[in-house]
Amino acid sequence: MAAITQDNHGLRLIMRYVVLTLIAIIFMFPLVFMVMSSFKPDLQLLRDTSSIRAFLPVGDLSFDNYRDASSRVPIGTFVFNSVLVTGVTVLLSLLACSLAAFSFVFLNWKGRDVLLSIILATLIVPFETIAIPLLLLVSQMPWIGLEGFQVGWLNTYRVQIIPWIADGLTIFLFVQYFKDLPRDLIEASRVEGASWLQIYLKVVMPLAGPVIATAAILKFLVMYNQYLWPLIVVQQETYRPVMVGLQYFFQLNTAWGEIMAYLTIITVPVLAFYLVLQRAFIASIASTGVKG
Amino acid sequence: MANVRLRNIRKNYGKVEVIKGVDIDINDGEFVVFVGPSGCGKSTLLRMIAGLEDITDGTLEIDGTCVNDLEPSKRGIAMVFQSYAIFPHMTVRENVAFGLTIKKASKAEKEKKVAEAARILQMENLLDRRPSELSGGQRQRVAIGRAIVRDPKVFLFDEPLSNLDAALRMDMRMEIGKLHQDLGASMIYVTHDQVEAMTLADKIVVLKDGQVMQTGAPMELYHEPANLFVAGFLGAPSMNFMDVTVNAVNDTTVAVSNPSLDRIEVPHKGRPFTVGQTATLGVRPQYLQPAGDGAGKLHGKVILTERLGSETVIEVVLADGSKIIAALAEDSIQSPGTAANFDFDPNRAHIFPETR
Repeated sequence: MAAITQDNHGLRLIMRYVVLTLIAIIFMFPLVFMVMSSFKPDLQLLRDTSSIRAFLPVGDLSFDNYRDASSRVPIGTFVFNSVLVTGVTVLLSLLACSLAAFSFVFLNWKGRDVLLSIILATLIVPFETIAIPLLLLVSQMPWIGLEGFQVGWLNTYRVQIIPWIADGLTIFLFVQYFKDLPRDLIEASRVEGASWLQIYLKVVMPLAGPVIATAAILKFLVMYNQYLWPLIVVQQETYRPVMVGLQYFFQLNTAWGEIMAYLTIITVPVLAFYLVLQRAFIASIASTGVKG
Repeated sequence: MANVRLRNIRKNYGKVEVIKGVDIDINDGEFVVFVGPSGCGKSTLLRMIAGLEDITDGTLEIDGTCVNDLEPSKRGIAMVFQSYAIFPHMTVRENVAFGLTIKKASKAEKEKKVAEAARILQMENLLDRRPSELSGGQRQRVAIGRAIVRDPKVFLFDEPLSNLDAALRMDMRMEIGKLHQDLGASMIYVTHDQVEAMTLADKIVVLKDGQVMQTGAPMELYHEPANLFVAGFLGAPSMNFMDVTVNAVNDTTVAVSNPSLDRIEVPHKGRPFTVGQTATLGVRPQYLQPAGDGAGKLHGKVILTERLGSETVIEVVLADGSKIIAALAEDSIQSPGTAANFDFDPNRAHIFPETR
């Protein structure tokens, strides 16, 4: 009896691994195709698409595509711009949205619930509907920086960052998480003499690891994949992010090998970011039921 | 250490009044237990003393100062929560020292006070652990340790033992009692468990529906309950109640009887009675003694016998169908269906004008 159960268990384990491996391979195909193709000359690349060779490092392999692609457009600048804009926005967004959520959950003030409802209602407004009004707004916005007083934010980093710091989804994620924290912890901190800022810094945020990871990854993906907004507010190559750069690159030529090389380069930061936060991200999906 | 004085304290949530004018005096070094059924307002009252709930009306004085509008941390109190409320991301040491860290106390002071608290609670070996590595009783110790290092005037405990299993609860109960002896601080303790109330308290405050039912020393409340509620709430097994008819009243006693109860005279302790009214007679199960056939004052029929070892509890049905319990000596086993006759000292019985 025990042996049968054991066999069953072993068989089921094998089946599970087979299924999971198959799914993993299906998900890996486009990535492997992209990376392999980036090392192949165009002719071979197109010929290989009709066979399994498309996914294998065979034939005439070289870094030529990478060299040619980077000589055509400043890929380094595009990646730098995207990483900078994304990184700064994610950090500021985590700070601003968690503070807002802290106030919504733990502090009592008039109009709190109404304001939260309004913020959550913004989740259903598609960005496309506000893109033009927002463009008109930022084009007239004043700014005082190192260069002195200016009007208009177009062609800057800040126009790609500031409008994206506060968003309903991130606030919502933090609000939900904070609501589930035991009230007693907050009250114990108050009895111990902690100020609200100290409670935020020393109690609430150290316990918010999973939601920070979720919010960071969701925000990262949104920001790294930005296309429409930078397309309309940034005309100069100096501030252009990767996705707009890709379109630009596409228009210049249709050398598939080079495009694959470009894509491989811009995928690296996403993978790196995911790998760093992978553990926390999986934990947060398991605990919050929110997925990216 | 300090006196705590509550004067006509009220609490409203919208239109609902949950605390209805409470007056309590807690003397320096006293261990006071708020006890009552769930929803009676005892935790709300404690949270009002802590400053976690606003006081709608009335005054709260700690050490002679009105603290109604003071922040919790400025009231000189420390609180131990039912859920322990220890911070999961900090070690025991950091948890215990949390209040001192907030106050920006020196490292030396922190170490000294944490070591002292750890010594009192015998948890020196736990200081570098995380809460997830601790048992329930150990977590409770950490929560108490955090309270001790603050050197509060008043300790507040909100049902601190209700998350522990029975054996551990008894140990911790004794430890809290010992802690009170060692520290000599004023303590206010909320529980719904009358055993905790009886064993720990210098003074018990029995609450029901946001009002104080009776205040006094444990044995005073046990022997002289002011009303039916207190009589039924304290004591285990709880007091037997019987509906009786008042036959006669004089200056000190009232004569009562019912179909199962021969006429007896019970001290009325100044409570008003009129002849012919229905009243409630209370007798503790421990005060019922078995009497021989046809003897005794109270007559019924055994329906259940429970042997507990040290005593035997029997359930008896009376003529009117109501049931009473008698706690008898260990060898007084009676089989169900047999007649049961009991005697008791009428001076140890209680008569209340109200009916159940």
